[in-house]
Amino acid sequence: MSKFDVSRRRVLKSGAIAGAGVALPTIFTASSAAAFTNEPTGGSVTLGFNVPQTGPYADEGADELRAYELAVEHLNGGGDGGMMNTFSSKALQGNGILGKKVEYVTGDTQTKSDAARASAKSMIEKDGAVMITGGSSSGVAIAVQGLCQEAGVIFMAGLTHSNDTTGKDKKANGFRHFFNGYMSGAALAPVLKNLYGTDRIAYHLTADYTWGWTQEESIAAATEALGWQTVNKVRTPLAATDFSSYIAPVLNSGADVLVLNHYGGNMVNSLTNAVQFGLREKVVNGKNFEIVVPLYSRLMAKGAGENVKGIHGSTNWHWTLQDEGSKAFVKSFGTKYGFPPSQAAHTCYVQTMLYADAVERAGSFNPCAVVEALEGFEFDGMGNGPTLYRAEDHQCFKDVLVVRGKENPTSEFDLLEVVEVTPRAQVEYAPDHPMFAGGNLGACNPGA
Amino acid sequence: MFGLDKKDTSMLIIVAILTLFAPFILNPFPTESAMAQFNAGYPDLMQRFVIFGIFAIGFNILFGLTGYLSFGHAAFLGVGSYSAVWMFKLIGMNVIPAIMLSVIVAGLFALLIGFVSLRRSGIYFSILTLAFAQMSFNLAYSVLTPITNGETGLQLTLEDPRVLGVSATADGSIPVTNLFGLEMRSTFELALGPWAFQFNAGYYLCALIMLAAFYLAIRIFRSPFGMMLRAVKSNQQRMNYTGLNTRPYTLAAFVISGMYAGLAGGLMASMDPLAGAERMQWTASGEVVLMTILGGAGTLIGPVLGAGFIKYFENIFSKINDNVLHTWFSFLPDGMEDAVVFIIHPFIGKGWHLTLGILFMLVVIFLPGGLVEGGQRIKGWLSRRKAKDSGKAAGETNPAE
Repeated sequence: MSKFDVSRRRVLKSGAIAGAGVALPTIFTASSAAAFTNEPTGGSVTLGFNVPQTGPYADEGADELRAYELAVEHLNGGGDGGMMNTFSSKALQGNGILGKKVEYVTGDTQTKSDAARASAKSMIEKDGAVMITGGSSSGVAIAVQGLCQEAGVIFMAGLTHSNDTTGKDKKANGFRHFFNGYMSGAALAPVLKNLYGTDRIAYHLTADYTWGWTQEESIAAATEALGWQTVNKVRTPLAATDFSSYIAPVLNSGADVLVLNHYGGNMVNSLTNAVQFGLREKVVNGKNFEIVVPLYSRLMAKGAGENVKGIHGSTNWHWTLQDEGSKAFVKSFGTKYGFPPSQAAHTCYVQTMLYADAVERAGSFNPCAVVEALEGFEFDGMGNGPTLYRAEDHQCFKDVLVVRGKENPTSEFDLLEVVEVTPRAQVEYAPDHPMFAGGNLGACNPGA
Repeated sequence: MFGLDKKDTSMLIIVAILTLFAPFILNPFPTESAMAQFNAGYPDLMQRFVIFGIFAIGFNILFGLTGYLSFGHAAFLGVGSYSAVWMFKLIGMNVIPAIMLSVIVAGLFALLIGFVSLRRSGIYFSILTLAFAQMSFNLAYSVLTPITNGETGLQLTLEDPRVLGVSATADGSIPVTNLFGLEMRSTFELALGPWAFQFNAGYYLCALIMLAAFYLAIRIFRSPFGMMLRAVKSNQQRMNYTGLNTRPYTLAAFVISGMYAGLAGGLMASMDPLAGAERMQWTASGEVVLMTILGGAGTLIGPVLGAGFIKYFENIFSKINDNVLHTWFSFLPDGMEDAVVFIIHPFIGKGWHLTLGILFMLVVIFLPGGLVEGGQRIKGWLSRRKAKDSGKAAGETNPAE
């Protein structure tokens, strides 16, 4: 054992060293002087694409990544330009963003808030990303949005359908193009009324996180306004892969409609289980048993196969739309990858374009300038008709599609048919609507 | 020094040097070079290295010394994170009260779980801890949602009271975590030619705490208490027959290691004020077991190495995509390039688990003592070579007999 003798000189010496050590970081911070976080200085700008590559939403994540790569190609002047040609704003030149070549980094969110934040952090701290986009889960979107707000970069949400993303968890640096649970409810209710009448008893199975909760709330409110009853709401873990134990109680509950507030792999499994239990052939209360999937996508329809036929739901966008923007996007996506894009791919592509356009119009990558350029921005030609980025909550307002699983698909991609295009006016709501209340955008944060 | 013998002192000093100069050591490649992909010297990952180092050091006090394999340690990490975030929500953004509360709460929680689980040993103990951890995880997801905010994770909002701080800063954003005004996220960038090094306040706080935790672990390892724990590992029955009650010792070890986990959780929340339930999942508990075994269970420095190793793979290999590969191998002819990328593809990006799994298998099969054993073998090999050289110079040494 060594001797530990204390002399006055040694105490003074170590005290001085410790003091210098504590003071050092503060000296350092004072000297860092950039206008905003990760200001691009060279000839290129880095965007961060943070998508689920593993977990229940991996299919969506893969398609999102394809869309991002396509968007980068178009922004840098490659390919046929896609929706850049149909976009109502003509600020983008095909020479990158503000003349800087667009580069990107990718990461895996694993559909876990922690992992997604770690991945986004490394993009911001290591790779110098000036904007983060992507995600296929609202839990992740909200977590990453919070991080981007703190770090001072822009977050362009990918597929996130929870009311909270632009409701109680909204942030000044975050923007969402995708629609939300409330809009699904508002669009679906009239269709459900025409199809199944006003005297129905609904049973909800809900993915147990922010998206599931708010969608369940929205759908229950919309259907109860029609006169339906809600007999039970059961929460299922996101990581669940077998739903038989949740389906069995539905049979004896007296319900005649099953609402599956599930998405991605969850929905594929729960719908398959429900069909295996013979729910669709059942007659309850003298009515045919029906299944509703409020948030639908082609990738899910593909996963569930035969089971989706005749099942109704809502979607943000579908590749069979015949407007110029959608046609241009489907064409360039199809040319590059050989199959049509999903709604997740569409929203991610559009978000990237909208960000690039906002930077171009603002003339700066500064997050606060971008926020200003996007707030209240009206545009068209991106596949959803005239669209507004509302300044109060950073939510896009546009038409919503009600779709149905096709009875006689002509190809492996032709799985859904559009039943109704619900006009924008019907799905609009006040920014302080009770389902969205409680949040605060705060001020934009440029970081640094 | 500090009541340690010479060997331990030099190890502590080496660890101190490694952690304090980590921003240099982990960033060996110039920023613009293709190899920059392998740089790990950015604040978030460096923080993770030391935080998971603390977690693994604590786990090793239980597993390495007593041999009790807990499969539920992530629960304490999660509890620590939640307590810290609640402190940020209710009290203020200073990290000290948050870290203190997370250690205390995790300790109490460990006392409770340890009291029940330690009635059994071996596999039954492992299963009990696993059950408790999964229970906490599921509770955090479902009935405890008002406290944990379920899958979305517990986050700060502008409406939090923060009685000793401010709910929102003057410009309307959420205040950031700090140590008496020193912001945890503040980073100084040092550009030296083509290299860029990042010095982050939060990292240095974590690093200092890790050094303290490491020092404490050395003292525990070398103390009579540590000896008692080792005795439990080698033959608990014999100890019981001699009339010695081992329960208080194992329970103390369990609580200490739970507090280490809580400390790690509190630090994680201090660096990034968010707590998610997946921190408590059994995979997270399994991860710390992997870290400890990979590094070398029962050794002092092993768990820290293991933690660094796994976190490096998780954060660096998962970020390599096909595009990056194509730029690396662009010098090869087209067909060759695609073939090479095709072969490597399953091992990078989302396939990082596969790479890690293979390495883990190799380590366990060929180096049962973990990375530490690898280091010892290299050292042994070098010294043997040296001895041989000097032996040649000084003539043959005579055998003992």
